[in-house]
Amino acid sequence: MRLHFTEAQRAFRAEVRAWLEANVPAEPLEDFDTEAGFTQHRLWERTLSDGGWGMVTWPKAYGGRGCDLIEWLIFEEEYWRAGAPARVNQNGLFLLGPTLMEYGTEEQKRRFLPAMASGEEVWAQGWSEPGAGSDMAAIRCTAVRDGDHYVINGQKTWSTRARWADWLFGLFRSDPASSRHRGLTFLLVPLRSPGVTVRPIRQLNGLPGFAEIFFDDVRVPVDNRLADEGAGWQVAMATAGFERGLMLRSPARFQQTARRLVQLYNERRAEADMDPAIRDAVVRAWMGAEAYTLSTYATASRLIKGGHIGAEASLTKVFWSELDQRMHETAMAILGAEAELLPDGGGDESRSWLEGFLFAQAGPIYAGTNEIQRNIIAERLLGMPRA
Amino acid sequence: MDFTFSDDQLEFTDTVAKFLRKEVTPTLIRSLWETEDGRSPELAAKLAELGLPALSVPEALGGLGLGDVDWLPLAREFGYSALPDALLDTAWLAAGALAEDTGNPVCAELLTAIAAGEARIAVGHPANPLVEDAHRADRLLLLHDDGLHLVPASEVRLEARGSLDPSRRLFAVGWQPRAETRLTADPRVAARLFDRGALAVAAQLVGLSQRILDLSTQYTGERQQFGKAIGTFQAVKHRLADVAVLVEFAKPVLERAAYALANGDPLAPVFVSHARVAAGDAAAAAARNGIQVHGAIGYTWELDLQIFMKRIWALDGAWGPRRFHKARVSDFVVDRAGGLDPGDLFAAAS
Ligand SMILES: Cc1cc2nc3c(=O)[nH]c(=O)nc-3n(C[C@H](O)[C@H](O)[C@H](O)COP(=O)(O)OP(=O)(O)OC[C@H]3O[C@@H](n4cnc5c(N)ncnc54)[C@H](O)[C@@H]3O)c2cc1C
Repeated sequence: MRLHFTEAQRAFRAEVRAWLEANVPAEPLEDFDTEAGFTQHRLWERTLSDGGWGMVTWPKAYGGRGCDLIEWLIFEEEYWRAGAPARVNQNGLFLLGPTLMEYGTEEQKRRFLPAMASGEEVWAQGWSEPGAGSDMAAIRCTAVRDGDHYVINGQKTWSTRARWADWLFGLFRSDPASSRHRGLTFLLVPLRSPGVTVRPIRQLNGLPGFAEIFFDDVRVPVDNRLADEGAGWQVAMATAGFERGLMLRSPARFQQTARRLVQLYNERRAEADMDPAIRDAVVRAWMGAEAYTLSTYATASRLIKGGHIGAEASLTKVFWSELDQRMHETAMAILGAEAELLPDGGGDESRSWLEGFLFAQAGPIYAGTNEIQRNIIAERLLGMPRA
Repeated sequence: MDFTFSDDQLEFTDTVAKFLRKEVTPTLIRSLWETEDGRSPELAAKLAELGLPALSVPEALGGLGLGDVDWLPLAREFGYSALPDALLDTAWLAAGALAEDTGNPVCAELLTAIAAGEARIAVGHPANPLVEDAHRADRLLLLHDDGLHLVPASEVRLEARGSLDPSRRLFAVGWQPRAETRLTADPRVAARLFDRGALAVAAQLVGLSQRILDLSTQYTGERQQFGKAIGTFQAVKHRLADVAVLVEFAKPVLERAAYALANGDPLAPVFVSHARVAAGDAAAAAARNGIQVHGAIGYTWELDLQIFMKRIWALDGAWGPRRFHKARVSDFVVDRAGGLDPGDLFAAAS
């Protein structure tokens, strides 16, 4: 054990900080779930990747910077500290990216990763279906082999950012006779293909943050398959590991929220201190964010030494999502009568407590609900009997 | 001791509840979101026909001469239906304050108009930086350092501010207090107005919690995953059962508060605050667990659940947030060692 940043890591942090200070837009961008905001965020991804910061952990050949996971965490800390724009391509960069790295062919990596890092191709995730939410193995959307193509029919739903995204990665039933976890295949589907219909779904804040997608004889080349036919479930579980843990929701985000909460508390101390539970919650927020960060550094260290993320990603998912919910509830309690006011001129969840509060309600639902995570923790980590 | 509502109270509540369920549908609520002023004059007229504006007006002035205890179950129903109208401000809060001085011809005249459904009064208090439904008011009842003022709509400047809950129409109000607008300098009237405001919020929060429970038990009984209704999973059941426990134990706390307020009990402020905290805790849990058991569909604009969650989140800061009310309770119990004798349960009024 050696708990301090090395000289090189400190230099890396300084380099990230300097670049962000020089490049982060002074004015916040519009919400990325608006058409204008989506375009602005895509352009920002371009700026990031021109600076070599698109996805720092990837090899340079794929548009990355060749950094290790510790540097990734440092990058994220600086990114959130700088108040830089939300990552519009987060599902591609943080979920599909690492999955491609593990399961993709060399050709697939070269085809997809650089365009992902530059924001040229924005990705949506297509797992859930109307009948397959928590019970993801109930997927019915089919992809039937026809020569060197798959023909997709059926429906996906709740697909984040699919409204304006270019590509979708999803799980499809390639063996119509199969059931549950068998016979599923992981495919990469261009959303502008003939036969694809994207219908936006408005979220609590009124913006079309996700969409349902209908497939009507959509033809996708076999080359767009990740791993073997029928191996989709195993690939998807690897992706879920990234989603529940350090990639999609790195600790920096929550550290930043905790810092903002401490600041809010200090600004409004006279009102906040009416209820000692608020001060307590603020302190707990900081401790929680700190604990999540430490745990993630420990995980990253283990992964660097060749470890793997398994069911313990479920512990992570429960921890950050409930921490986030409590932090935003505390902020609302401090704000009191002002909490309900819509932010002047908009503002995404990293700036507006109200937007953040709404989004925090989704945390215990997406990436696998917390009930499901608790089942996984109990059954797979604690070895308790299955229901 | 009789801790029950009378048959008359229950019957009237039932009539109002039936009316609200039929008329104040999510479809109506959503259609009003899209309108400029957010209110339906037809709905207001029908509510007046039911006699609701007349409730707190003394009988001598054409009213029903009822009070806080009668309002409580009605306000719960207003919450249950997420009524898109600040009727309670006119009919419970303002009428309640005006009825304290019926010798004043201004009050008497206005109360008569309220009873007839012909006057709408918006209520402004420093606890709320903004005033609800100020755009529809003939007069505004506004608290200033020197007392409570009754200000004609023509004398105020309004600036609309958006709320998380599109049904709430909130306004920053610019006005100048004048000697002629002052209704009373008695701080006790303003204090009772505040407590009524807080109790009205508490009652609506309880009704809203019940609505979320009803929507959630229904949905989880229908939605299937893993080949069975998700309501069969213990984790789902327990989330809703937890809310039911909180709601159940908020109700009598609210009833004591209403009774104390109606009877001029000096401990009414403490009891109201207790009610407001209990209702707020129940409602926060109802919204949190309600959306959770719905899954992603609960996070959509389409699902009506949002109407009730957003009303909860918006009201939770109104008429003193929970932190304020908790401080009033803690000041009484901890700092003044109040309420520690079993005989204190119903305080001085008993
Ligand atoms: C903001 C947001 C973004 C999303 N983005 C995407 C995306 O990009 N791509 C995608 O594919 N999906 C996405 N989802 C969908 C998400 O994966 C699902 O919402 C989630 O898997 C739950 O499924 P469901 O919504 O159908 O809820 P359900 O499965 O119907 O669950 C409803 C409730 O029942 C509980 N429950 C279900 N089964 C059990 C059980 N066995 N034991 C105990 N409790 C149980 C759940 O925990 C939940 O509380 C997103 C969701 C949200 C909210």
